[in-house]
Amino acid sequence: MTAEKMALAKAINESLRTALDSDPKVLIMGEDVGKLGGVFRVTDGLQKDFGEDRVIDTPLAESGIVGTAIGLALRGYRPVVEIQFDGFVFPAYDQIVTQLAKMHARALGKIKLPVVIRIPYGGGIGAVEHHSESPEALFAHVAGLKVVSPSNAGDAYWMMQQAIHSDDPVIFFEPKRRYWDKSEVNREAIPSPLHKARVVREGTDLTLAAYGPMVKVCQEAAAAAQEEGKSLEVLDLRSMSPIDFDAIQASVEKTRRLVVVHEAPVFLGTGAEIAARITERSFYHLEAPVLRVGGYHAPYPPARLEDEYLPGLDRVLDAVDRSLAY
Amino acid sequence: MTVESTAARKPRRSAGTKRTAAKKPPGAQPDLVQLLTPEGKRVKNGEYDAYVADITPEELRGLYRDMVLTRRFDAEATSLQRQGELGLWASLLGQEAAQIGSGRATREDDYVFPTYREHGVAWCRGVDPANLLGMFRGVNNGGWDPNSNNFHLYTIVIGSQTLHATGYAMGIAKDGADSAVIAYFGDGASSQGDVAESFTFSAVYNAPVVFFCQNNQWAISEPTERQTRVPLYQRAQGYGFPGVRVDGNDVLACLAVTKWALERARRGEGPTLVEAYTYRMGAHTTSDDPTKYRADEEREAWEAKDPILRLRTYLEASNHADEGFFAELEAESEALGKRVREVVRAMPDPDRFAIFENAYADGHALVDEERAQFAAYQASFADEGEGIQR
Repeated sequence: MTAEKMALAKAINESLRTALDSDPKVLIMGEDVGKLGGVFRVTDGLQKDFGEDRVIDTPLAESGIVGTAIGLALRGYRPVVEIQFDGFVFPAYDQIVTQLAKMHARALGKIKLPVVIRIPYGGGIGAVEHHSESPEALFAHVAGLKVVSPSNAGDAYWMMQQAIHSDDPVIFFEPKRRYWDKSEVNREAIPSPLHKARVVREGTDLTLAAYGPMVKVCQEAAAAAQEEGKSLEVLDLRSMSPIDFDAIQASVEKTRRLVVVHEAPVFLGTGAEIAARITERSFYHLEAPVLRVGGYHAPYPPARLEDEYLPGLDRVLDAVDRSLAY
Repeated sequence: MTVESTAARKPRRSAGTKRTAAKKPPGAQPDLVQLLTPEGKRVKNGEYDAYVADITPEELRGLYRDMVLTRRFDAEATSLQRQGELGLWASLLGQEAAQIGSGRATREDDYVFPTYREHGVAWCRGVDPANLLGMFRGVNNGGWDPNSNNFHLYTIVIGSQTLHATGYAMGIAKDGADSAVIAYFGDGASSQGDVAESFTFSAVYNAPVVFFCQNNQWAISEPTERQTRVPLYQRAQGYGFPGVRVDGNDVLACLAVTKWALERARRGEGPTLVEAYTYRMGAHTTSDDPTKYRADEEREAWEAKDPILRLRTYLEASNHADEGFFAELEAESEALGKRVREVVRAMPDPDRFAIFENAYADGHALVDEERAQFAAYQASFADEGEGIQR
């Protein structure tokens, strides 16, 4: 059995299990990650199998969780920390930005901070306030952090392995509305490098670049566009820091059009950076300005309005049409 | 009026115990551990004497030497700032006993998490004093290997390091080692959420960490009363571990109490909060002007409690040190000042490409790209010889 179909949440669970099994220094920390297995059950069964000393239910204090994880990393451990929801990360933001991100450089490279911070993120599950946000750009903006997000189970398994092996702190954004989506996990395949983007659908007329929960939306948009005779390439960026600009550039210089899609607000978001850099790199290849589809510059709306706020198939296709109209 | 009496000034529903405390002269409060009075008289303490019972005259002279050299180093750094050699300096003047006493209580395998003022503790840990000056000169943002002396980098954002100390201590416990951690912070930091969270985490995980709070009475311009309505050491009680207030200007008491707390940690008895009651004799930093917010009389009252003077009095009275010792130390002190001066003045600016060094451990494509752009930009000045100057 080389490949197995499983849900994204289960793939992360399996990946954490593999890491716990193979490296005694790996620890799981967070609120309710023990007996309960986390509110999304991503750590289900791990405490039972690896004990309370390695799968640690923490006090309800995010700064404390990340701050103590830093101390554990300094002692030689490799903590994998869970922040229960995207909107709960901000009490830990200071520890992440001020301490975790900079400590390696402050020590002139003498110490390493192999801490993974898992954050279920994004909307689409009808949640209450502070449970549907996409703050990835706030972390990608910070030197010293690496920021990634898988879009499917197979990537989730391997990207978690790679994040845990990384000697840099990694913010691991998990697309919570895709937790239950199943796909193939091949544990014997050689995974692609953590920060490389992947073409998930080839096309010739326009490139859709997305990551995490929006990859599926873009794939659906590409399928719909195909019916109208438009050939869209879909790029799963996988990493928001660093961003694989070479892959985007290669795709854009083939298709000559680019639309970036994410749930996060477009203003000063990942798409803005991509638009700027691709304009610099591929100015003479572009037939249209780089367009962005994403959230609005407003607080994430109540659940009954989130379908209006989140980029869906139609908004992506609308941007595709606008790009092709140039 | 000294700051000790401020607790008695506060309105209290039940004034019983405080009234008793207020009747006692300052420095003799029942909750202040003291082994050496400001007059240099050794006083007995049933609980903590045991921790310094076997201290030799040589070790006492050693503590004295540590304090004198630390003060000399500190004075030199202040001068270097005035001469423009350092951008800033945070003086430890007045806190030598708190730092040397606690620093000398640590074992080699213990780990220290300092703020940015722990020059005396750094000295005890064997960190080269010149190393401490790099960040204040602006040639690096830390710069030493924390693991070579088990002395973490200076932490500037207030209180953050208490969580790192707690996590490190949790790691020690997991490893089954009998080392301990000591986290330094101040009265101002006691208001930080991270300090509260570190108390919670260390308590519930029974982590081997000593929280060493130097209450120097001032957080820049704000007095301790702006941070707390109870004596700081009493905070520990609410978290379920012991807290003790020690005379922070008494190096013997600081040594004894810290040893006690570290040994508790080693025995698996969990965290302790030590409040070293002391005074910041100088400004917060060289950029500060304490004349704007505090009275000279307060400083003068604390001068009478000087940590170095009282040990000298004791050493002389007990014939543990002679004139030769003091003269020799004076010479050593001047030599240290000279060496620090020379090292700082000779400290080169970092290579400009250091900007990009160590941003990541495993590298980062964007950093590589920007470094290359920066290099190309610098190279564009090649025909001007030196390259662009800062």
